[in-house]
Amino acid sequence: MSQVGMDTVVESAAPEAGEPSAQILGRSPWELFWRRFRSDRVALVALAFIVFLVLIAIAAPVIADHVNHHGPNQLNTDLTTAIGLPAVGPSKAYWFGVDTVGRDVFVRTMYGARTSLLVAFIATGLSVVLGTILGTLAGFFGGWVDTVVSRVIDIVLSLPILLLAIGIAAACSITAKGCFGGLIQPGISLVVAIIALFSWPYIGRIVRGQVLSLREKEFVEAARAQGFTSAGIMFREILPNLAAPIIVYTTLIVPSNIIFEASLSFLGVGIPPTTPSWGRMISDAANGQLYTAAWWMLLAPGIALVLTTLAFNLVGDGLRDALDPRMGG
Amino acid sequence: MPSLKLSERSPERDRRGAEPLLIVRGLTVRFPVGRAGFWGNRRLFVHAVDDVSFEIFRGETLGLVGETGSGKTTTGRAILRRVPIAAGTITFKGNDITHVDGDNLRHLRRDMQLVFQDPYASLNPRMKVLDLVGEPLVVHGVVRRIREARDRVRELLELVGLPADAVDRYPHAFSGGQRQRIGIARALALEPDFIVCDEPVSALDVSIRAQVVNLLQNLQDRLGLTYLFIAHDLSVVRHISHRIAVMYAGKVVEIADRDEIYENPKHPYTQALLSAVPIPDPALQRTRRRQILRGEIPNPVDPPPGCRFHTRCPIAEDRCRTDPPPLEPKRPEHLAACWLT
Repeated sequence: MSQVGMDTVVESAAPEAGEPSAQILGRSPWELFWRRFRSDRVALVALAFIVFLVLIAIAAPVIADHVNHHGPNQLNTDLTTAIGLPAVGPSKAYWFGVDTVGRDVFVRTMYGARTSLLVAFIATGLSVVLGTILGTLAGFFGGWVDTVVSRVIDIVLSLPILLLAIGIAAACSITAKGCFGGLIQPGISLVVAIIALFSWPYIGRIVRGQVLSLREKEFVEAARAQGFTSAGIMFREILPNLAAPIIVYTTLIVPSNIIFEASLSFLGVGIPPTTPSWGRMISDAANGQLYTAAWWMLLAPGIALVLTTLAFNLVGDGLRDALDPRMGG
Repeated sequence: MPSLKLSERSPERDRRGAEPLLIVRGLTVRFPVGRAGFWGNRRLFVHAVDDVSFEIFRGETLGLVGETGSGKTTTGRAILRRVPIAAGTITFKGNDITHVDGDNLRHLRRDMQLVFQDPYASLNPRMKVLDLVGEPLVVHGVVRRIREARDRVRELLELVGLPADAVDRYPHAFSGGQRQRIGIARALALEPDFIVCDEPVSALDVSIRAQVVNLLQNLQDRLGLTYLFIAHDLSVVRHISHRIAVMYAGKVVEIADRDEIYENPKHPYTQALLSAVPIPDPALQRTRRRQILRGEIPNPVDPPPGCRFHTRCPIAEDRCRTDPPPLEPKRPEHLAACWLT
């Protein structure tokens, strides 16, 4: 049998030095992502709305002082009727009308954006950090670590969230000291803690699943063969590959946390009564079916809530389309 | 040795008397796959590698061939200490490395590297070539920051035939063959003596294979590398190897110099394998007697007694069904495990 096939090919193959490539740009995965995201009009509009909302929230005091000339908690009893109904609807001075104690609904809606975004961002940030750490450890090490984390996730997800949240909020608000030895104070930090507690399992579960598949990839095996430590592999090899799913699910969890905060405020737990919040404004409007007489009390916070959650969901969908499936090649 | 030209490489070269770089004795690897029996008290194992012995001399390439499931990849991983070893010893550069762990094992990685089969899965898509090739240098403290590795990475890229400006690109910008070159550059970064090539060309286009194989040979001659070359493509193995070991169902059934094994195979399994290699000459191919093996490779959880090949062997007799044949010399430098040859 003669030397088979190989030799003829080998002889003719020139020692190919690298292909001509001097001017080829090394596009990073992020540049490729941005090019895809840029072509998604809906997501871009939604992103612009979020940016606009954040600017409004930051500038709320300035706008309130210089454009509307009222603060969020400024009472104007002269603007209500004798039986306590708001007398002024949307008008030149009060764009979105006033509520039952004569407070400017437009100003309060702007301030409400502060509360909603602050609570949602901080709570989401906490849950992402917690979920990523626990999910990565569970997926990477497996064994009992995975069992413990996964069971905790299952348990938290099976709890009646709203009921428990009301209970915790009430229990922690009884005294000004708060609970867990003063770690959680009544007020916004309490709401943030409750929301983070109930939303990290979503991130944790997704991260765990991703890590389970990533750690079997050959490039992880390659890193081990090069002598990487486990910590090195987690930070250098696995975490960068988690960025895409984490970003997508973070954007999708933010709106659900905004709704969560609104629900708690609607039910009158958590956020102190004087702090403007969309949930509490809607609650005020629904109280005694006031909205049948003063529809504007419901309209502004309701629309703000709907538009905000919609915008975050649309951006999340756009990010997923741009980041997720065919990333990197 | 490095002055030898590719076509002149002789299997006989100064091996005799030399100390082998790697000695494997009685290597056995088992993977637990579950339990059997009414109370689940009988544990089941896949006998992936069973009592395998061979040595590799400095500067040579040992080709390891066998069909899927024969244990060749597991053998490579066991030598790199990536799978638990049930029995046997591995001696590398005169040191027993069968049980080293912790930092010593990490230091060992500097001398033994791995080139992977799939150049798409083995490069992290989120890392630039600079990081991919330079990270081992950081991990082993050769340089403190990845920036300091830049010049070395450019050198390595040129060594494997890639443009030096590839350092700032991501893997998705490269073809399969180029990616495999990146993988080879990464394996070379720590200047190892020994590289396990785990089917490095079987995922590549046929037209690219020769280039990568040539590159590996070229590097061997320039850097004095030693390879364990795992493959199932017999023509590639013949081209690159000095000696060849044939595995079947977790056992080495034959081991000999390259030309010896191709021209004078002793084991019926090797004969059947070689008869399946197509010859690029239709007239010759038609006249050739092909030996077709019936059946499957035996279940590794429950390997047959005696010679593991007897279930498919065309010449098996009673003794083969009960007594496992030893791997013994049939000719000088030619070992085979068969009672009948």
